[in-house]
Amino acid sequence: MFEPFMALFTDPSPASFVNFDFLPKFAPYFIDGIINTLLLSIAAVLLAVVPALLLALMRLSKKRFVRNLSGAYIAIFRSTPLMVQMSIIYFGLFNIIRIPDITIFFGFVRLQLFIPFVVALALNSAAYVAEIFRAGILAVDVGQDEAARSLGLSSWQSMRLVVLPQAIKNVLPAIANEIITMVKESSICSTYGMMELMWAARTTAGATGIGVGPFVLVAGMYFCINYPASKAIEAVERRMRRGDK
Amino acid sequence: METNKTVISVKNVTKEYNKGAVKALNDCSVDIQQGEVVAIIGPSGSGKSTLLRCLNLLEVPTSGHILFHGVDITDKKVDINLHRRKMGMVFQHFNLFPQMTVLKNITLAPIQLKLKTKEEAEAQALALLKRIGLSDKANEYPSKLSGGQKQRIAIIRALAMDPEFMLFDEPTSALDPEMVGEVLDLMRDLATEGMTMAVVTHEMGFAKEVASRVIFMNEGAIVEENEPNAFFANPQGQRTREFLSKVL
Repeated sequence: MFEPFMALFTDPSPASFVNFDFLPKFAPYFIDGIINTLLLSIAAVLLAVVPALLLALMRLSKKRFVRNLSGAYIAIFRSTPLMVQMSIIYFGLFNIIRIPDITIFFGFVRLQLFIPFVVALALNSAAYVAEIFRAGILAVDVGQDEAARSLGLSSWQSMRLVVLPQAIKNVLPAIANEIITMVKESSICSTYGMMELMWAARTTAGATGIGVGPFVLVAGMYFCINYPASKAIEAVERRMRRGDK
Repeated sequence: METNKTVISVKNVTKEYNKGAVKALNDCSVDIQQGEVVAIIGPSGSGKSTLLRCLNLLEVPTSGHILFHGVDITDKKVDINLHRRKMGMVFQHFNLFPQMTVLKNITLAPIQLKLKTKEEAEAQALALLKRIGLSDKANEYPSKLSGGQKQRIAIIRALAMDPEFMLFDEPTSALDPEMVGEVLDLMRDLATEGMTMAVVTHEMGFAKEVASRVIFMNEGAIVEENEPNAFFANPQGQRTREFLSKVL
């Protein structure tokens, strides 16, 4: 009666876990997965930037109520786990808001699944990016704003034309980190059946019994996305630095 | 009749920080007439810069009024942005916009505020640059300039708004000594042309030679004011004499 259990211990060969025999058959999962992971993260980042900027500006507002509103949002999203937020948004919010079952982007993106996860990631990320923007704006010498205001520019013109361009340059490395975080965090979506990179690995491991190989493969794939991405942002940052003192 | 010529009028201005714990300005009143060059001097922490920054409301007075051409700009209903267009300000640390070329620095406000077309603003900027002998720097970024060049460009950036009144907040204090002269020369030219100016400065030579009136401040109050020759030759107050004996 212990035979099934014994079998677990009598088959210790590491090669049975760490091999890539699944590849010919399961390769399409990983190709779809990488596309979905990229689409998910890029869409979430793009969607997060504008609300994050808004939150940051609200956080710096003279009006106490506006400041606190933004502060509460940031506090809530930073102090609860992404997975909890995602569950509430996916099972709660998007149970009320029904999204029609439409597939776009050459059949890759099923909106019903895609939109809730993009929204959840973006809402979460907005809180972090807002704090990055806020720090970036505060790091710009106050004399810059004073110079712009003393020329007669409005506070919004000064922010938009003088302060923000400098702030954005300052925060590029931090934003790059956030993009990379997003690519990694989006793996949580696999739990809900979003067919991204992590889902491909989990499904393949389950179907083949090769417990480690698929994860080693996706680790490499995540690395190949994130490492060049961080290098690319660094290069952009270097080019933007030409006008600095 | 007098009021026509008064550019700015400070009435009983007080500025407090930390809910009254720090009193930066204590009941200051001063009128500046058109064409006057007023040098504001005094020990550090005496409130000179605070007073100057109150004139264009970079600091908002805790109480008191500031009238610019008879309009009370401390009134919350007044659009201060419209009045600031007519008051140029020059800062100790230049505050040029580092991400913009010199030309863009000078033309930004006139173009954004739709006071001039791009062509007009650029033509004016190039003329101003020519005047200060920096025509070749139009397309440079501020980081490529010396301190004296930066400050002179900051001055013509303010001039590009065609101001009626210029505020200078220690314009030469951050400069290497050999660059002070070129900035003071430009300021002297402006004074000669009849520009109304308020200058917070440590350059007593400039105050003596160019100013039409000297104001001495101490502990947030205007202690003494006089035309420069009389002021330096015959200071009245004890504190004024002490200060002048240290700096002259």
